[in-house]
Amino acid sequence: MGTDRRGFIGKAFGGVAAVGAVASLYGMKRTWDMLPSVKANGFTTLDMTKYTKYNHNYIEKWRGKPIFIIRKSPQMVAEMKSNSNKYKKQDQQRDIFIAGSHFLMCIGICTHLGCIPNYQPEDQNYLCPCHGSIFDFSGMVTKGPALIGYNIPPFKRDGNKLILGLDSPEYQKLIREHATQNEM
Amino acid sequence: MAHFTKATSLHDWMNQRLGIDTVRRVMATEYWIPKNINFLWAMGMVLAVTFAMLLISGLFLLMYYQPNIHLAFDSVNDVIMRQVPFGWLFRDIHAVAASIVFLVIYIHMLTGIYYGSYKKGREMIWISGMLLYVAFSAEAFSGYMLPWGQLSYWAGTVITDLFSLGSLHAEWLLHWIRGGYTPGQPFLDRFFALHVVLLPLLVIGLIGLHFGALRIPHVNNQEGEEIDFEAEAKKYKSGDKKGSKVIAFANDFMSKDMFVVGVYLIFFFYLVLFHNGFALDPINFIPANPMHTPASVEPEWYFLWSYDILRGFSTNVGLIAFAFAQGIFFVFPFLDRSPNAKPASKRGIFFLWFWILVIDMTGLTIMGKLPPEGMYREVGVMFAYIFIALFIILPFITKFEKKV
Repeated sequence: MGTDRRGFIGKAFGGVAAVGAVASLYGMKRTWDMLPSVKANGFTTLDMTKYTKYNHNYIEKWRGKPIFIIRKSPQMVAEMKSNSNKYKKQDQQRDIFIAGSHFLMCIGICTHLGCIPNYQPEDQNYLCPCHGSIFDFSGMVTKGPALIGYNIPPFKRDGNKLILGLDSPEYQKLIREHATQNEM
Repeated sequence: MAHFTKATSLHDWMNQRLGIDTVRRVMATEYWIPKNINFLWAMGMVLAVTFAMLLISGLFLLMYYQPNIHLAFDSVNDVIMRQVPFGWLFRDIHAVAASIVFLVIYIHMLTGIYYGSYKKGREMIWISGMLLYVAFSAEAFSGYMLPWGQLSYWAGTVITDLFSLGSLHAEWLLHWIRGGYTPGQPFLDRFFALHVVLLPLLVIGLIGLHFGALRIPHVNNQEGEEIDFEAEAKKYKSGDKKGSKVIAFANDFMSKDMFVVGVYLIFFFYLVLFHNGFALDPINFIPANPMHTPASVEPEWYFLWSYDILRGFSTNVGLIAFAFAQGIFFVFPFLDRSPNAKPASKRGIFFLWFWILVIDMTGLTIMGKLPPEGMYREVGVMFAYIFIALFIILPFITKFEKKV
């Protein structure tokens, strides 16, 4: 009887300690979660009417990453639609049509090893300084080693503004369509 | 209660309370080491000394370092390097020791593999050593973040990116580790805490385990000979020091050990004072800039071999191959099915296997340094395949090894 009682106390003690251990681990895990202030800073509002120059790479910042914006000139749009040797169908699908213009808007990080490519307005493309990947003005790969186009951040339309960091049906549709190029 | 008598000396007073004579006997004068060893057996002490230098130099760096993304860079590169008297010396010692410690760890590991020092009761020595390797790797990575230069930031980005686990898109895990979307203040703070508190404690604990794991099976020797330590110790104590196959850990063995440590320290301080550039990449002397990637982001030399395995394949396959390369050494004692705990030179095909491994890992390291283009990429991938193949065939070639 005495031994049984000891065993019971041992198990009860162990049980309480185990609950405490799990609770402590949970508390420790939670301390590493993103702080509310960090999350609150995870949104960037782009006023698309501000980007007036054609064929100019505007760079904004969202969650510590560069965002590339290009307002495409009517000639660029026309060429994109007519020159099917150079431009794919996804080039058009990736465009964001806002305030009467076609825009490129994407995360400006090379999908190969994470470098930041430079825009060459005369060639109308991006050249990555690290390993020479080239992306066209719609963010599609035209030369490797990168395999997939620039990623597009989640966004939500608000009049002539885009709020980066918010999801929307438009964004979901867009990534579904351009994902066809991405699986290589 | 123990019976205490009036002490005859300070030594006697201490001995009655702490048993210092017993401690000395157990730890030093009657801890037996085989005679038949060479300088490679001193690498453990070389590592212990290097770790002590890291600990001491780190303590003094800690007194001026500021774990803040706006202040960290200047606290290292201005305050410590230019203002604190001898601050540059402590920083250079810390940086060079952090790099060289891996060279010695690799020599120590390859010595263990060559002489079969992970077999027949010595498995826990190997496993605790591997845990130490992982703890040191984590120390090296977290310490690399602290100066908050361009490589700190971008290496931190690239390495933590691995935790999004390729096609699993585990961004919740990535963001949890970073405490933000990209490395920032919470990231620097937590890696600082890990670097100066948790990981050093872990390393010290593991060193205790590593030494403890040696006590029962004892240190291996050059021929893999099974020594009857009790009989040999008796011979030694009875005065036949010449005939005995063992010597005492201290002062006998330690005097040999410290000679090797002395030679090592000349080499070490030569590097610290005249040739420390290899441990301090110039790109990291540019403050972290999330909007500009340096032209090449590559790990320190000691991670290049596994880095080359990682990047040789497509994202998902690369991650699996990388995990394989990191994990496979843990089970080394169980992959080697041979009954022989002998040096590789007496084990036939295993001798060849060992040197192919050394050449392959050296090749991976060189390829990891070169840009992953054209022929370099193909050669790198070939070395990665050879590495994986070596570990797949290891159980088979050792299983059919003849008993010697």
